[in-house]
Amino acid sequence: MVPIAYYLVLAAILFSIGAGAFLIKRNVITIFMSIELMLNAVNLTFVAFAHMWHQISGQIFVFFVMVVAAAEAAVGLAIIIALFRVRQTLNVDQVNLLKN
Amino acid sequence: MQIALFIIFGLLAVAGALNLLFQRHPINSALSLIVVMMSLAVLYWSLGAEFLAAAQVIVYSGAIMVLFVFVIMLLNAGEEERTHGSRIAYIAGIPGAAAIFCLLSFVFLSEKKQLGMTQLGGYLTSAVSNISEISHTLFTSLLLPFEVTSILILVAILGAVVLARKEL
Repeated sequence: MVPIAYYLVLAAILFSIGAGAFLIKRNVITIFMSIELMLNAVNLTFVAFAHMWHQISGQIFVFFVMVVAAAEAAVGLAIIIALFRVRQTLNVDQVNLLKN
Repeated sequence: MQIALFIIFGLLAVAGALNLLFQRHPINSALSLIVVMMSLAVLYWSLGAEFLAAAQVIVYSGAIMVLFVFVIMLLNAGEEERTHGSRIAYIAGIPGAAAIFCLLSFVFLSEKKQLGMTQLGGYLTSAVSNISEISHTLFTSLLLPFEVTSILILVAILGAVVLARKEL
């Protein structure tokens, strides 16, 4: 018997760490991984609320989020490879073509 | 029993997330993200979502993270150098993330009574297992979104192939 609130607080912790990592990290692959971490945190809240309301729809929502995350990872990593071919770097500070 | 599971794997998830934040090398970050995802799978299982626990291990830890590790090794990514990023990120972003965390945990903990407790085991409309209930909903009332999802995956595959070609 665990209060649902503890699961939700754990998801909030993971989401905040993901948001902080998104802002602090400078490597584009690691930034992408922190987006995945935030998606996972939101999935945990969906599952916790599905358990609380005894409904299946929250779990189905998580299923769709997983599918979209997989598609997003495939396209995003292809973009990273194309970016690396052009700029020869993974550091986001050096990808500043649109700046100024 | 369940509180012990929750504490062990919750702490493991938080430790993995912090390790992702503090490691310099991307491969270490990827491996700690796998730790986070595996412990989240255990937490899904303890919330009665067996199908999602399996899908988490197969899709996230199996497919997505393998893709990440593959790209890290393909691009031969080294340690990142710490530079000062944008100043707005440090001034507004980090306190913003902390504020989101404080707000969310305050709301959740103050509504702790209303949110209730978890019970281990079958809790939905009993007698039917989790996976058959999901598949029933997915293939009857949500059939159209499910099919649209397959088109999305197809578009994503084509996009990845086009983007990763040699001559772009």
